[in-house]
Amino acid sequence: MIEHPLLVAEGLSKNYGPRIGCRDVSLEVHPGEVLAVVGESGSGKSTLLGLLSTELAPSAGRVSYRLRDGRLADLAGLGAAEKRLLMRTDWGFVRQNPADGLRMAVSAGGNVGERLMAVGWRHYGNIRDEAIDWLAKVEIDADRVDDDPRAFSGGMRQRLQIARNLVTRPRLVFMDEPTGGLDVSVQARLLDLIRGLVAELGLAVVIVTHDLAVARLLSHRMVVMRHGRVIETGITDQVLDDPREPYTQLLVSSVLAA
Amino acid sequence: MNAQAAGGMPEITYNFAYLDEQTKRMIRRAILKAIAVPGYQVPFAAREMPMPYGWGTGGVQVTAAVLGPDDVLKVIDQGADDTTNAVAIRGFFEKTARVATTTSTQAATLIQTRHRVPETPLRENQILVYQVPIPEPLRFLEPRETETRQLHALAEYGLMHVKLYEDIARHGHIATTYAYPVEVAGRYVMDPSPIPKFDNPKLDDCPALQLFGAGREKRIYAIPPHTRVRSLDFEDHPFRVQRFAQSCALCAASGVYLDEVILDDKGGRMFVCSDTDYCNGRQEAGHRGEMAGEGA
Ligand SMILES: Nc1ncnc2c1ncn2[C@@H]1O[C@H](COP(=O)(O)OP(=O)(O)OP(=O)(O)O)[C@@H](O)[C@H]1O
Ligand SMILES: [Mg+2]
Repeated sequence: MIEHPLLVAEGLSKNYGPRIGCRDVSLEVHPGEVLAVVGESGSGKSTLLGLLSTELAPSAGRVSYRLRDGRLADLAGLGAAEKRLLMRTDWGFVRQNPADGLRMAVSAGGNVGERLMAVGWRHYGNIRDEAIDWLAKVEIDADRVDDDPRAFSGGMRQRLQIARNLVTRPRLVFMDEPTGGLDVSVQARLLDLIRGLVAELGLAVVIVTHDLAVARLLSHRMVVMRHGRVIETGITDQVLDDPREPYTQLLVSSVLAA
Repeated sequence: MNAQAAGGMPEITYNFAYLDEQTKRMIRRAILKAIAVPGYQVPFAAREMPMPYGWGTGGVQVTAAVLGPDDVLKVIDQGADDTTNAVAIRGFFEKTARVATTTSTQAATLIQTRHRVPETPLRENQILVYQVPIPEPLRFLEPRETETRQLHALAEYGLMHVKLYEDIARHGHIATTYAYPVEVAGRYVMDPSPIPKFDNPKLDDCPALQLFGAGREKRIYAIPPHTRVRSLDFEDHPFRVQRFAQSCALCAASGVYLDEVILDDKGGRMFVCSDTDYCNGRQEAGHRGEMAGEGA
């Protein structure tokens, strides 16, 4: 891609005391690109996502992001107010456990409307209309707008989480195992939905998954992690069809065997 | 330090207004900071008071810190001067500070209140001290203290509107009638304590100093005189105070906050001023409601 990268990580490391979370990771994410982070349990995927999204502070290295004015800014140098504004307008975060990404006691409309209110929307009717529009985009009926997520199925909760994040039209969304814990048929529907929205909105996504089928379906590029390091990176189809590293070969074959 | 033996006879004498001078200075510093940053919750080292927390120990400590020997104190609870709570707090300061007390809003220089703002407009050189159970307006949706502090610091108040949004979604209108959140001086959002939202407009541009004390939560906040206080709302659901169809059954006042009083078990009831001093004043001035005179 010729376009300037949206997110740049350089030499990212994270130690949890003596334990290594993630070590010396450098990568770029381009506008509109879906990057999958794969690897077995404990390989450092969530840690890397936490570092990229600045929810975790790195032990070493840095993350830069291209602001809307074109400037590539070191995120550690942004003020708290600027960073939070970025997080609730330009970014999204879809979590594996919907309870971590939703307000479970707040209606679906309120969940979707929160970001709008946070950026200054003060007309109830407009907020509600926009929320209903977004519920439709994630295939939730308008008549569920006043129900809270406790009354929703797992798949609906994830779709609500997606609507809540996308309502401010972010440019970059982080997803940590968004289909984890869902039935296979529910998973397939959610993946189709994510794929459609990503294409429609031109979103850049960093998605963590241990499911190579998810990576295959959604991502353009992928990185393979092991023991906190990125051991292989490339175009998704190439990595999956022709893995270089013995470990990746093992990973791919074990999936095929499964 | 509070108790001294005098003249052989063990006699307990308290420092003026119970708290020792050092504690009062500490509380005054918190109050000054609160006045300097209107609506901001200032932490303070709340002391144990000889009464349970539900009785307004935060308000009592603020009152103790600002009370002077020449003050005239009024204490109200839900608008009334004669409830157990109001009588106990008034008695506490009569005993520990020997200050004059009153039930008259006009005559008082310092008013400690729970759940109401007097109907009689306050004036300069008066202080209104509110008892506050839960000072954090964002607590309802965000229980994490570290997070609410951030939200205040960055003036991120979208969450407060989520609460109002939920009200409208559930009830068709903003159903919050007590502790209705306000924005102070265009900056901090604060909980005005559980006063009816009917009283919210009285906080705006008030000539008196308003102080808020939360004992259990150890917070003090303030609205200096003549400060802009705006109740949060939506453009298409503007803030409105409650309106009462009736007037007071005793003094015929309208446009005041009324309490419903059940008269018998056959559905008999009447509406009377919640502010008893205001109601008595009107009756003494000759105003008569439909039920007035019968009991008197
Ligand atoms: N808060 C923490 N404290 C200590 N160690 C941690 C912490 N979080 C993660 N680790 C360790 O860091 C390593 C990477 O963990 P991480 O959660 O990033 O892996 P992951 O690839 O997301 O795994 P999974 O697929 O199970 O979610 C693991 O060894 C883990 O035990
Ligand atoms: Mg993980």
